[in-house]
Amino acid sequence: MLRFLIHRIGQSIILLFIVTIITFFLINLAPGGPKGVTRMDASPEERQAMIERYGLDKPVIVRYGEWLKGAIHGDLGISYTSNEPVIKRIDERLPYTIELTVYTIIFSVVFGIIFGVISAIRRGKVLDHLINFVSVIGLSIPAFWLGIMLILLFSVSLHWLPSSGVGPRGSDFNVLGYLAHLIMPVIILSTTVLPNIVRFTRSSMLEVISQNFIRTARAKGAKEVVVIYSHALRNALIPVITIIGVMIPRLLSGAVITESIFGWTGIGNLIIEAANGRDYPLVMGITVVITVVVIICNLLVDLIYSQVDPRVKNVA
Amino acid sequence: MTTARNIKDSLSQAEVTKKKRQFAVLTHLKQNKVAFISFIFLILVHIIVFLGPFAWHVTPEQISKDGSLVGWSLQHPFGTDDLGRDVFSRMLHGGRVTLLVGLCSMLFSLIIGTFIGACAGFLGKAVEAVFMRITEAMMAIPNFFFVLVALTVLGTSPFMVIIVIAFSSWMEIARIVYGETLKWKEYEFVEAANASGASTARIMAKYILPQIIPSIIVSGTLTIAWAILTESAISYLGLGIQPPTATWGNMLQNSQQYIWTAPILGILPGIAITLVVLAYNFLGDGLRDALDPRYVNK
Repeated sequence: MLRFLIHRIGQSIILLFIVTIITFFLINLAPGGPKGVTRMDASPEERQAMIERYGLDKPVIVRYGEWLKGAIHGDLGISYTSNEPVIKRIDERLPYTIELTVYTIIFSVVFGIIFGVISAIRRGKVLDHLINFVSVIGLSIPAFWLGIMLILLFSVSLHWLPSSGVGPRGSDFNVLGYLAHLIMPVIILSTTVLPNIVRFTRSSMLEVISQNFIRTARAKGAKEVVVIYSHALRNALIPVITIIGVMIPRLLSGAVITESIFGWTGIGNLIIEAANGRDYPLVMGITVVITVVVIICNLLVDLIYSQVDPRVKNVA
Repeated sequence: MTTARNIKDSLSQAEVTKKKRQFAVLTHLKQNKVAFISFIFLILVHIIVFLGPFAWHVTPEQISKDGSLVGWSLQHPFGTDDLGRDVFSRMLHGGRVTLLVGLCSMLFSLIIGTFIGACAGFLGKAVEAVFMRITEAMMAIPNFFFVLVALTVLGTSPFMVIIVIAFSSWMEIARIVYGETLKWKEYEFVEAANASGASTARIMAKYILPQIIPSIIVSGTLTIAWAILTESAISYLGLGIQPPTATWGNMLQNSQQYIWTAPILGILPGIAITLVVLAYNFLGDGLRDALDPRYVNK
């Protein structure tokens, strides 16, 4: 177990290192050289000041070294637009994104499994086709467009749900207001992953049902309900854990769009601000932090999976 | 003598597997009505969008003398937008850009993915280690973040959008090609080709890639769907292809404000994107089912 853990952590660190190289050099080698890496709206004098202040005249390799040294100590540089430490700005926003993502995962996993199992049990029937059809539609509708349509329907015409914001926080927290602000963002964000979980659960379930031990269970006279929910479902759900790991980057990508539609002040909104303001240290910092989140989640998923399914540990 | 014949037999075996698969795929695709209809629909949409502007001479930038936000008329079948431009023409030209971005991104993405995957699988050792680590690293970056970062530094011309989307979506293809290359490398006909002195590049092109093509087509189809969605999302955020060039994505950018006065502005491009992506997804699913070895062997 310990060896497995050390091996996986080592791999993760290497991955993260490669990610920083890709992002740093992508940003810094872009056309225009170091001068291109300052804000477009700055005057030549301001630019010169920025170049000196942020050491942009040094070679890229040297700057990468400095950046990496800082990053290891938790310093991701200073934001161009607000002159605050990048890490502080990310720290203010990241919890909101994690909150939104966690609710979406819970929502998607619960409904994904329910619909996936129904679809598998009713294989080839109308209900199965319907669930499959709706899943593909969910994957195909542009999330931002669906979001606008929902806002128009539920906020603008019906006045049932608030159209934007993260809801009441702190001292004026109330459950109803909080949930009302969550409903639409969670639904929109879940369209990016829910269909995949449905389809994956369905195929996993069908795979298990076709195996011998299910036939044995049926042959010994177990009730169909017991066969499906006790024998089949338990085994079918193990692989579903892995797909959650795969879905994390996709969820975070979806969070950018969802947050921008619903004015959710998370990290997705922050990267759009950073991109529009050409705040490169911030853009770089966000990308690295978000990748760390992904890598940690994948690590957790692997660990859980190796605990549930002992076969995995032996392979590693 | 016998060895030579064995080699020849193995090599022709490759041809036979290929033919068998192609035949089975066609039969299965025809049986899948949804995929088949999607395929026909896509062909029609591409014909309309690419040939339409030759028949409909109103240009997408031209401001109509009828004024802005006018409704249905013979001159403007879908009315005009907030600046008085013909919506029908913008749909056609915007569709061209959107679909082209989808197709070209897919093509570049296939080239990058196949190259990386095939090299990693076939060359092994150091190349394999480096390429696969890069693939994994790219998979760990949520690709929308990558797209935003890259477009911020590289600019938002249609060409850059295509390149950036391609560079953010080749990893899945690379992994598929990598896995398949490892599998086919072990087959007799590849060993036979190797024994008969064929070069690595030749083995790759002539014996391994043809076996992988079915899987590549499936992921290619799904990649187009993804590329179109990504392009429309970044255009909607204002970080993609910039107006006045119309795309289905950036047509939606300001449409919210006019949703009650001119609902068609907000609904038409959205429906167009959804239907095209839906058709590509159905087609990809249909192809995947048709290419599933479990079906092919039956």
